[in-house]
Amino acid sequence: MTGFQELGGKAVVLDRANVDTDQIIPKQFLKRIEKTGFGKFLFYDWRYKAEGVPNEEFVLNKPENQGATILIANENFGCGSSREHAPWALLDYGFKAVIAPSFADIFKQNCLKNGILPIVLQEEEVKLLIAKGKEKAVILHIDLVEQKVTDHEGFKATFPISDYWKTMLVNGWDEIEITLQLDAKISAYEQANNL
Amino acid sequence: MGKSIVDKIWERHIVHKEAGKPDLLYIDLHLVHEVTSPQAFSGLRMKNRKVRRPDKTFATMDHNVPTINRQQIDDQVALNQMTTLEKNCREFGIELAGINSPEQGIVHVIGPELGLTQPGKTIVCGDSHTSTHGAFGALAFGIGTSEVEHVLATQTLWQSKPKTMKLEINGALANGVTAKDVILYVLANYGIKFGTGYVIEYCGDVIKNLSMEERMTICNMSIEGGARAGLVSPDETTFSYLRGRKHVPKGEIFDQYVENWKALASDEDAEYDKVIEIDGSDIAPMVSWGTNPSMTAKVDGSIPTEAECTTELEKESLARALAYMGLKEGQKIQDIRIQHVFIGSCTNSRIEDIRAAAEIVKGKRVHPGVRALVVPGSQFVKRTAEEEGLNRIFEEAGFEWRDAGCSMCLSMNADVVPSGEHCASTSNRNFEGRQGAGARTHLVSPQMAAAAALNGHFVDIRNLNKVEAL
Ligand code: SF4
Repeated sequence: MTGFQELGGKAVVLDRANVDTDQIIPKQFLKRIEKTGFGKFLFYDWRYKAEGVPNEEFVLNKPENQGATILIANENFGCGSSREHAPWALLDYGFKAVIAPSFADIFKQNCLKNGILPIVLQEEEVKLLIAKGKEKAVILHIDLVEQKVTDHEGFKATFPISDYWKTMLVNGWDEIEITLQLDAKISAYEQANNL
Repeated sequence: MGKSIVDKIWERHIVHKEAGKPDLLYIDLHLVHEVTSPQAFSGLRMKNRKVRRPDKTFATMDHNVPTINRQQIDDQVALNQMTTLEKNCREFGIELAGINSPEQGIVHVIGPELGLTQPGKTIVCGDSHTSTHGAFGALAFGIGTSEVEHVLATQTLWQSKPKTMKLEINGALANGVTAKDVILYVLANYGIKFGTGYVIEYCGDVIKNLSMEERMTICNMSIEGGARAGLVSPDETTFSYLRGRKHVPKGEIFDQYVENWKALASDEDAEYDKVIEIDGSDIAPMVSWGTNPSMTAKVDGSIPTEAECTTELEKESLARALAYMGLKEGQKIQDIRIQHVFIGSCTNSRIEDIRAAAEIVKGKRVHPGVRALVVPGSQFVKRTAEEEGLNRIFEEAGFEWRDAGCSMCLSMNADVVPSGEHCASTSNRNFEGRQGAGARTHLVSPQMAAAAALNGHFVDIRNLNKVEAL
């Protein structure tokens, strides 16, 4: 994973609450044994009508939303199954950040581990972005170091992130590598507990 | 101040603690299945890493295995996933209950059955219903594939300590009200994110009086309320379930273990970040009518109306759910007609579930036009049921009797509900498309599912005798 300090790009609005991971990537696409190639199945049942014909009504299929890199949605995004295929699909499609008033725990972890930034904003702030995004494409700038989301029209919000994850993401570090440096401690724990 | 069981388990598992970081926790048991593990093993291989503790890792295949005609698997992509797991287990030295093993079954059914699941353990699996194992007083939670890789390589996980919630259910359950109804009632009243960020500890008279299998049903659906883990302090019920199981120590060592386990139970004066109290006698048999598990009503109730919604978002969710489900606001639950019945999944596929359903089905016939399936949670459950003659009760009534697997809970295999049709299902998720594109799921207890199979619609199982008289 490569590290990053800021992100910028077009944001697309998915005005739904409780979007579950079964919707993000339906089960029939979980049989692959790779991490890549899931983007074309993202939101499959909403994005396509029968026989794979694109549903033109769906936000991701609108011409003005092509090339979006930020997704904005309502509360409890990513609930349900722990499938990491969900962030893999978002990433493979091109999303680098998701903004919502709240996320499900496992999904949030899965995003962070894949370098997708789950951004929690206040409900009012998300409402504002959703209203803006429904009129025209919103271009957002995300500063991970300063923990800020801004646009060119004066929108400004801050988001929380733990120091731990900020450091991991900025540097693009591999968590396993870091843990393996504590190998002696893990062995000591095993010995002390007869494991 | 006393400690809760979560505090105690957490403290015992800290390998490394450092300010500004999550804690590094030791993992005692890592369960693995075919769908969320292949990418983790490739990750290890790419970096030339090995599995640190294959002896604390146990694998099975459940999500996409066929539940009929196992000798011949037509789905090549699914087959590839299964053979990949076999290859990975062989290469890394992990014990596998493969498709032909007598121990094969849904990962959350076989862990307890084999005695791998024990009080005080930290247990993870690349599957959100790992919360099931919490019924034994274990801290058990679902993880993503990156975390699977991390545990394989290091036998640890970086975790921030979750908040704790005490969910106390006192009083007694009415006749016909099951553990499944308890958890559906909780979700109907508190929603699908009340548990986000928490571990839920279930306690109170109702929980105390439940069997281990019933406790598993409740802990299983903690994640439906947003909680990664749910648990119950271990007690005599727990110990007697575990005694004599394959991976549980025997004799004197067992007695020592029990002493140790007893000390894990939450102290009387333990403090929690949140407390919820429920009166067990308020709970009725429940049926979900919508597209998430909180959209659930009592069997003698109705679907809510738009006028009852308090926010715009709620109104929209109701409209969207009703459109998907092909139902109307205010419609009576017992007027919902069903075409499929699925008795199975890690929520309700253990022997007590199968027995309870068989009790209702005995000597009756499945309603014309209903297709009904019983899929035991493990091959062991299947054999036990067959020894008791339960398969014959189901088959004579017109049910299909299958091999163990996740089956119609998520329909990754051939067990699918056709678009637009309604299924009374003992599983845990009624999301859009979960049981097949356009499929309409109603979450219920095994007893309710069995009664629906016989009647073609939901009935109040508290009045079963009266229904028959009609
Ligand atoms: S039975 Fe359903 S919920 Fe349980 S592990 Fe299998 S797919 Fe997941």
